Amino acid sequence: MTLSLYDARSAADSIWVFLEQDRNSLTEISLELLAKGRQLADQVGWKLGGLILGIRNSELCSEAVAHGADEVWSAEHELLENFTIDAFSTITFEMIMEGKPGVLLFGATPDGRDLAGRLAVRLRTGLNADCTGLRLRPGTGELICDVSGFGGGVLALIEMGDHRPQIATIRPGVFSKTQPDWKRLGELIKFPVLLKAEDIQTRIVKKVSGEGVDLTQVSLIIAGGRGMGGDFGALQKLADILGGEVGATRPPVDDGYIERERQIGQTGVVCSPKIALCCGISGAFHFIVGVEKADIFIAINSDPSAPIFEHADYCVVGDVHTILPLIKEALQTRLAEEI
Amino acid sequence: MKSVVCVKVVPKSEEVRVDPETMSLIRDGVRSEINPPDMNALEMALNIKDRYGGQVNILSMGPPSFLPFLQAGVAMGADHIYLLSDLVLAGADTLATTYTLSKGIRRLGDIDLIFCGEESSDGATGQVPSGLAEWLQIRGLFLTTEMELDRNRLTARGRREVASGYQILEVPLPCVVSVKTACNEPRFMDYARKEWAFERERVTIWNAHDIDADPEFIGVEGSPTVVSGLAQAPTRERKRMFLEGSPLEIAGQIAEILQKNS
Repeated sequence: MTLSLYDARSAADSIWVFLEQDRNSLTEISLELLAKGRQLADQVGWKLGGLILGIRNSELCSEAVAHGADEVWSAEHELLENFTIDAFSTITFEMIMEGKPGVLLFGATPDGRDLAGRLAVRLRTGLNADCTGLRLRPGTGELICDVSGFGGGVLALIEMGDHRPQIATIRPGVFSKTQPDWKRLGELIKFPVLLKAEDIQTRIVKKVSGEGVDLTQVSLIIAGGRGMGGDFGALQKLADILGGEVGATRPPVDDGYIERERQIGQTGVVCSPKIALCCGISGAFHFIVGVEKADIFIAINSDPSAPIFEHADYCVVGDVHTILPLIKEALQTRLAEEI
Repeated sequence: MKSVVCVKVVPKSEEVRVDPETMSLIRDGVRSEINPPDMNALEMALNIKDRYGGQVNILSMGPPSFLPFLQAGVAMGADHIYLLSDLVLAGADTLATTYTLSKGIRRLGDIDLIFCGEESSDGATGQVPSGLAEWLQIRGLFLTTEMELDRNRLTARGRREVASGYQILEVPLPCVVSVKTACNEPRFMDYARKEWAFERERVTIWNAHDIDADPEFIGVEGSPTVVSGLAQAPTRERKRMFLEGSPLEIAGQIAEILQKNS
């Protein structure tokens, strides 16, 4: 049998979360990991640790403690300014071998997945990917992960016996972040970094951010499907009035009517808005997995037997091209009355 | 350029159901297909072959019944199929799968580029590319939408989309390239090539011994993760309230719900 570099007996009673940053604050998924990690740690009486790699970490460390970390392992070095797998996997591996956490969590983000996949092999341990639920078995500290397969229809419960750390990547938007408590105290562990420029073989030629939209962070999504006939103008008008964003199913994206970053579903974005208004969408499973977490789900479709209505709170059978302009007018009237 | 594309044959996800009584997958009558994201990986590999020359090999793990699906890939433009087929390889999780594929790639030898789809439609772990790169001790370009090689064919450059933006990364060859799902349009089979594609000479089948796989690292034995239960994914209870009235009245109700909650 494959043996991990350390096992359950030599592992510490701790959960570690890898924290990602954007413009000097922790990302949403990082805060979600801290919240879930805190909850699990409290259930079994373990410590929660956060890993931060960067160039200037002090504010980020305070933020991690305020969001629930008991200890923060901080590595500061100019070669850690940008994520490269070379530098980040080397340093996190060294941290893990020193602290030997029982559980190690990453966001299922591009960098989180890259790092988790590398470390699982380097540590010869198991990896549960894109988890939507986590439980810790008291006493043994065994992690049980909910992992969905086949487009989300089947849920597998997966664990990994004696292998440590138990690594999982967590789907963004599944767990809720908690409010920071700036009076919380935590321990800062400054981790020594020995990196040379020649250790890094991945070159970042260009990095462009701040463009486009991130639908995972939007509270109102107005989505259109094939039934829109390629015209997303009416949806955009509604979104502008309400401060929401337009999303789409895959066919209009493939046909070039709307940007790919706005595609919702299994091969697109999984979002968790307060409201989803779905227009001219039949409701194929691949799409539904991307919006089913909406608090309020409204569907408009001309076919009364469309599967989308099984997932909706409010169902409207009718022609989107007739109803959308009427909704827009009704909204404008209501907003005018408010003023 | 010598490329290999890692391809998985999977049950069509829209046809897979869970038996509510036994909580097991109903596979009877379910058709198989090449994992759709792997088609994008194959297309990118063929595009590199078109631009820079060389050969494209398809590498897969599974029973010989997978061959017709893989042969369709040869008819699209790939040159050869390597199928790792052995009962002891079955039941592999990410760790064992990436180990096995890495052994197959080492046996192939002198590979410049290893292409993978972003994730599989059945397991959807998306962790094979990074694990494979680790076993092979090489770098990777992940979630790539476009790529090119430098003039000396020593480095590969890839563009990848990240949350509200993109990056262009450069790594030395050989490297693993994971291809963003739906980033390209996989080409059709070339019918002139079809007969040639389905000849036995296009296929090499290797067992665990052929690729010098350590029995401790393969199949169920080499897999740390264990599935302890299966369940139908929970679905949220919805009101399913059909709004009544004229289009004007319905529009008014929707407007009210939207305004109240935004």
